[in-house]
Amino acid sequence: MTKMKLLMATLLGATMLASGAAHSKTLVYCSEGSPEGFDPAPFTAGTTFDASSKPLYNRLVEFKRGTSEVIPGLAESWEVSSDGLEYTFKLRKGVKFQTSDFFTPSRDFNADDVVFSFERQLKKDHPWNQYTAGIAWEYFNGMSMPDLLKAVEKVDDNTVKFVLNRPEAPMIANLAMDFASILSAEYAAKLEADGKKELLNQQPVGTGPFKFVAYQKDAVIRYAAHEGYWAGKQPIDDLVFAITTDASVRQQKLKAGECHVAPYPNPADLADLKADPNLQVMEQEGLNVGYLAYNALVAPFDKPEVRKALNMAINKQSILDAVFQGAGKEAKNPIPPTMWSYNDAVKDDPYDPEAAKKMLEAAGVKDLKMKIWAMPVQRPYNPNARRMAELIQSDFSKIGVGVEIVSYEWGEYLKLSKEKDRDGAVLLGWTGDNGDPDNFLAVLLGCDAVGGSNRAQWCNKEFEDLVQKAKTVSDKAERTKLYEDAQVVFKREAPWATIAHSVVFMPMSKKVSGYVMDPLGGHWFDGVDLAE
Amino acid sequence: MFAFLLRRIGLIIPTFIGVTIAAFAFIRVLPGDPVELMAGERGVSPERHAALMKQFGYDRPIWEQYFDYFFSALQGDLGNSLVTKKPVWDEFFTLFPATLELSICAIIFAVFIGVPAGIYAATRRGSWPDQTIMGTALVGYSMPIFWWGLLLIILFSGTLGWTPVSGRISLLYFFKPVTGFMLIDSLLSGQKGAFSSAVSHLILPTIVLGTIPLAVVARQTRSAMLEVLSEDYVRTARAKGMSPMRVVGIHALRNAMIPVITTIGLQVGVLLAGAILTETIFSWPGIGKWMVDSIFRRDYPSVQGGLLMIAVIVMTVNLIVDLLYGLVNPRIRHVR
Repeated sequence: MTKMKLLMATLLGATMLASGAAHSKTLVYCSEGSPEGFDPAPFTAGTTFDASSKPLYNRLVEFKRGTSEVIPGLAESWEVSSDGLEYTFKLRKGVKFQTSDFFTPSRDFNADDVVFSFERQLKKDHPWNQYTAGIAWEYFNGMSMPDLLKAVEKVDDNTVKFVLNRPEAPMIANLAMDFASILSAEYAAKLEADGKKELLNQQPVGTGPFKFVAYQKDAVIRYAAHEGYWAGKQPIDDLVFAITTDASVRQQKLKAGECHVAPYPNPADLADLKADPNLQVMEQEGLNVGYLAYNALVAPFDKPEVRKALNMAINKQSILDAVFQGAGKEAKNPIPPTMWSYNDAVKDDPYDPEAAKKMLEAAGVKDLKMKIWAMPVQRPYNPNARRMAELIQSDFSKIGVGVEIVSYEWGEYLKLSKEKDRDGAVLLGWTGDNGDPDNFLAVLLGCDAVGGSNRAQWCNKEFEDLVQKAKTVSDKAERTKLYEDAQVVFKREAPWATIAHSVVFMPMSKKVSGYVMDPLGGHWFDGVDLAE
Repeated sequence: MFAFLLRRIGLIIPTFIGVTIAAFAFIRVLPGDPVELMAGERGVSPERHAALMKQFGYDRPIWEQYFDYFFSALQGDLGNSLVTKKPVWDEFFTLFPATLELSICAIIFAVFIGVPAGIYAATRRGSWPDQTIMGTALVGYSMPIFWWGLLLIILFSGTLGWTPVSGRISLLYFFKPVTGFMLIDSLLSGQKGAFSSAVSHLILPTIVLGTIPLAVVARQTRSAMLEVLSEDYVRTARAKGMSPMRVVGIHALRNAMIPVITTIGLQVGVLLAGAILTETIFSWPGIGKWMVDSIFRRDYPSVQGGLLMIAVIVMTVNLIVDLLYGLVNPRIRHVR
């Protein structure tokens, strides 16, 4: 009886203490996964960047929302030396770092923060290079920054100079990427003094539009609008990421009003989402390409006419209908149409099985047997690789080419498909990192990338010269011309069958306004408002 | 009793060693490696691959890696996750209360419905209620969890709007976890409506996770009851003129419960397997979902640490059950 009384008293007390839930303007985003951490630079996943670099931090330069055009961010302006080796940035004044329960900044953003944010990734002996076990700075390395960057120097409090080892035109676009987010050197010094370095990745402090409030692992991330944000306070007060890994469940949550925005819908659910009177579905062509890469080092795929003939046998329209269910566009170039320097004058290989058959015969290829590698995972550029491989198998059978479809576990697939003596053509794709054509053409088709991310193992001098030259030229019109020419060479030589560029859909409540889709695939909530 | 205890604990040691070997080997037998997955489509050069494998310590001889893992585990150090860079130990205990809370609710659900249903079916053997209950149990046992969960969400959350779709509590409530058990923390928070929100979020996951154990418990209770009801002492009790309620509820049920309790104990493993799917559907931040994510990312320390922790928990539960049996039933204690 006493126990019962105690329980009743506790319940009564709990009710009396009740302090109703907060009624601020809160936007709920049903994110598709958990972030790996909140310091963006050590990580590579888009899910991590959505939760860290985008709401919490800024970069020296930013991508103009909805485009891949680079605009000033924490740097107000910059100058490039005539030899292309020095980039000098004038920093914005009066930029505040976020004040939170765990840190109160004593100064505004300055050059020390920029030097800290880059040197920790560049210098192996920097005290923050290994601030927590196993940090590999994979994006910084992946973008070849250690080879490229000689030094990051503070000129004065509001000026920073980047010194390069060689001219690199895409450098500015690189600095708008997530790994280039600017952290607070003052906060890092405090954590170092407290002996709690690992908190840099768990309790983040940046200059971005939202400040970090709390993270419950695999469940919820909470942010609040940064009151002192240099570009003005956000229209919403709170931003919540409700982590919901299953696409069907995200759709149900959106329909039930439990979240306002939910990414990556199932293609099959789009009609239902579009029919809901409370929802709107935004769409945009993704900055991606899905392709089939032949192995140009192995006969008979070393002959451009054989590759071309195979390309002409593929019925892309049936792939778009069956695999992309309408959410895709036929690809003719290795870069997507939304990217600058896209060469629309290039003519795609026509779908003509009869002509393809004759071309193969003329090339002396008979009874060709080949393998097609189908990815085991779903990707924006290829929602169902197995189905795609089956369709191509059926297309190739019409011209007398026998296809065996093979697949491996994803990590194994990525590794084995890089090998120079790989047997067969591989289905893969790419989503751009920084909106620069170099990020597609050099990374995926450059001679240096043979045996690596150049899955076609294709090294063509004419193409390589054009792409390498474009790296060193800073005039955009000139670069555009070089990349356009490179696309012509690509089409002529046909190292890939370019399949499709996918369309990305973003369902959200009609209450949401001001949301702009990012061609680079990120999710941004600054400037977003919510109707009451 | 002391000798019995020592014997049981003695058995734990080789099991523990076996589990460490299995957990260590399991993730390494799977093709693919963490470095390739981290780099994605971009890929890494062979030199960088080797440098990263060295940095993670995976270039050392396999036996050296194993002994490092084994002796660190003995000291309670399971290493750091390759993905989040945080200690595996911390990650496990952040998430474990969510799985435990859901599992406890599911087992309570299974027992409180399964046992009465089984008794009722046994006492009406061959009648239509018996056939209905057993038929339903068979359907429940065969139900694919993922499909069942989505079906319930679409009906109760989507169409009827009675229950929330997923998560542990409404996002309106925000408080620091104290125990990690949402039912308790919501009460401690003192926020109005938090507790009822936590309860409403538990309903569907509990039903989904508890369905298979419920079916098993109902069927086991029925068959155990049928066996006991045909015993001589039950007939004697009836002959003495006891009320059917008393015969079934007190005399028969006590003996019938022994195999049922064993079955419930065995359901712990079923619950952990079911938790993986249930947690994924309901965005429930527990260890099931965490283990699956870790396996997909080839996060070696998380997988080998997580498997070891789960195995240790199952072994501990079994040890306690064994000791309790020994305490209750002297025959078990003296068996060699």
